[in-house]
Amino acid sequence: MWLMALRIALRALRRNKLRSFLTMLGIIIGVGAVIAMVAIGEGAKKRVQEQIAGLGTNLLVVLPGTMTLGGARTGSGGVQTLVGTDARAIMQEIPVVSQASPSLRQVLQVIAADQNWSTVVQGVAPEFQQIRNWQVEQGRFLSEADVDSTAKVALIGRTVAYNLFGSESPIDAIIRVKKIPFRIIGVLGPKGQTGMGTDQDDVVMIPYSTMQKRIMGITHVQQIVVSAVSADKTQEATEQISALLRQRHRIQPGRDDDFNVRNLSDIAEAASNSATVMAILLGSIASVSLLVGGIGIMNIMLVSVTERTREIGIRMAVGARSRDIMLQFLVEAVVMAASGGIIGILLGIGSSLLLKRLVQLPMLIRPDIVAVAFLFSGAVGIFFGFYPAKKAANLDPIDALRYE
Amino acid sequence: MASDGATALSDSLVRERDPLDRGRDREVIRIGDLHKVYQMGDIEVAALRGINLDIYHGEFVAVMGASGSGKSTFMNIVGCLDRPTSGTYFLEGEDVASLSPDQRAYIRNRKIGFVFQGFNLLSRTSALENVEIPMMYNGLPGGERRRRALEVLSLVGLEERMHHMPNQLSGGQQQRVAIARALVNRPSLILADEPTGNLDSKTSAEIMELFQDLNRREGLTVIMVTHEPDIAAYAGRQVQFKDGRIMSDSLVKNEKCKF
Repeated sequence: MWLMALRIALRALRRNKLRSFLTMLGIIIGVGAVIAMVAIGEGAKKRVQEQIAGLGTNLLVVLPGTMTLGGARTGSGGVQTLVGTDARAIMQEIPVVSQASPSLRQVLQVIAADQNWSTVVQGVAPEFQQIRNWQVEQGRFLSEADVDSTAKVALIGRTVAYNLFGSESPIDAIIRVKKIPFRIIGVLGPKGQTGMGTDQDDVVMIPYSTMQKRIMGITHVQQIVVSAVSADKTQEATEQISALLRQRHRIQPGRDDDFNVRNLSDIAEAASNSATVMAILLGSIASVSLLVGGIGIMNIMLVSVTERTREIGIRMAVGARSRDIMLQFLVEAVVMAASGGIIGILLGIGSSLLLKRLVQLPMLIRPDIVAVAFLFSGAVGIFFGFYPAKKAANLDPIDALRYE
Repeated sequence: MASDGATALSDSLVRERDPLDRGRDREVIRIGDLHKVYQMGDIEVAALRGINLDIYHGEFVAVMGASGSGKSTFMNIVGCLDRPTSGTYFLEGEDVASLSPDQRAYIRNRKIGFVFQGFNLLSRTSALENVEIPMMYNGLPGGERRRRALEVLSLVGLEERMHHMPNQLSGGQQQRVAIARALVNRPSLILADEPTGNLDSKTSAEIMELFQDLNRREGLTVIMVTHEPDIAAYAGRQVQFKDGRIMSDSLVKNEKCKF
């Protein structure tokens, strides 16, 4: 019976090729849009996740907190109690912490021979390389000895190297920062832009001790960057860092911390959540067009039922039951919707791949979305085909036969 | 003793199976005090006011009457397209007056073949496929459907045009396809509603001869609505309707016959 209904439906659709195609077009565009939009959304989410992973794994940041001095509160970072030895202590005394490095940053003019460039000068410890996954393209990273001796050595990022030295090798060249000469010991590998659009390669790295004493003239640090042993240990690390620093800074019970521990995985989650929201948004806009496609099917099926009233009458006269007629029209609607769905899936995948080529956007085609889109288009056929099919099945054979 | 009993039993079986013996005696249709009242808003219109009619196996009956005489209503009920308001209707001994729509569809499929004035073939569907349609609804396998469709198409003399579409066939040929379709499920009864209404007189005569031929050779029971006395003359019995009642019911002595 099903096979019969399928054959009748296919024949009816073939008879009105253009009309069937135009009706399917709504579903084709709807499904195609869903597939492509979700692919874009998922691709964006993946890119955001990659960028956040690029910041360093299991990252925690310890920032100086606020302090109340005679009733006046300083702003964030107003206290100067966070020091380089805190970083060492965190790394050595807390087992769930694998690396920790102080960090100090300042935007400064950097001069090399006849070129100059304004960039971020960052003072860090050797551990910083592993915490933030920096590659060294040429030369070497900072060493423990560099920090201990407040050496005047520097690593430069790609952007700085290009702007100061062009295509020449910058190794062993001298750059001046605040009139202090630094010998370049390495070039950092490229990291590209952050999610916010900041060029991460526009940087000069020097030992944090050198930064403190020779450049900034301070004894505290701006932040301590910490990496936990694994992502699920970040919470534990946060608590233990707090306890350690309270003890080191001699903060009485009941008093506020003079520091903040921030967990970057929270930020990562927020960013990937916003990408998910975007994917859902794009998907739901596309679903609306699928709905419109469904209404198109219903419209054409109603026209078809009216046009074929006599056929329905003939079929009923020769023995078709209501449910045979119902099935015939329902199958017709579903075949139309489902074949539109299949074409739409191919179109969606095709346009995703094309977009990937053309605009270098990351695309991620999810098989589950493809399956859902197909099933949904079938469901649209059943839903919007039901009323016309019911209408056909409820015709009175005598009236239907007499219909002109 | 045992052998005699077996012989007697097989004899009685043979007698029961004899088509001629059974044919002339048994009614195909028994209709008693049939009424049909239509509700048109507040007004009740009585289309049939007590019809009593028995039609026997192998009869060729012409139903006549002016429009509004109730003959169409009568045919719709006989064809199980409609239900009577009251009265009894037995088709081959089965009470079909109060069946559900699905049960009536089953009866139409197995026991009744319809031939219409306007042929009512599916357009853009070949003669062969048109004839196959009734068999789509009784689950016959594809090969058997094709075999039977070819058989009835050759019975009406159209086997050479089985792949033609209705618009490639003349009116008479289309009506032959419709007759083949009516015959294909081997019904007990053919209902023809002005089968020659859309045909010229020469083609009408050919179609009537086909009905007569099927009636005589195949023993087919035919009920035909017509208002043309010429056409009614082919039938063996004429039933005249007027105002929802049967006015006359007569056997035709010298029916038109080519034989």
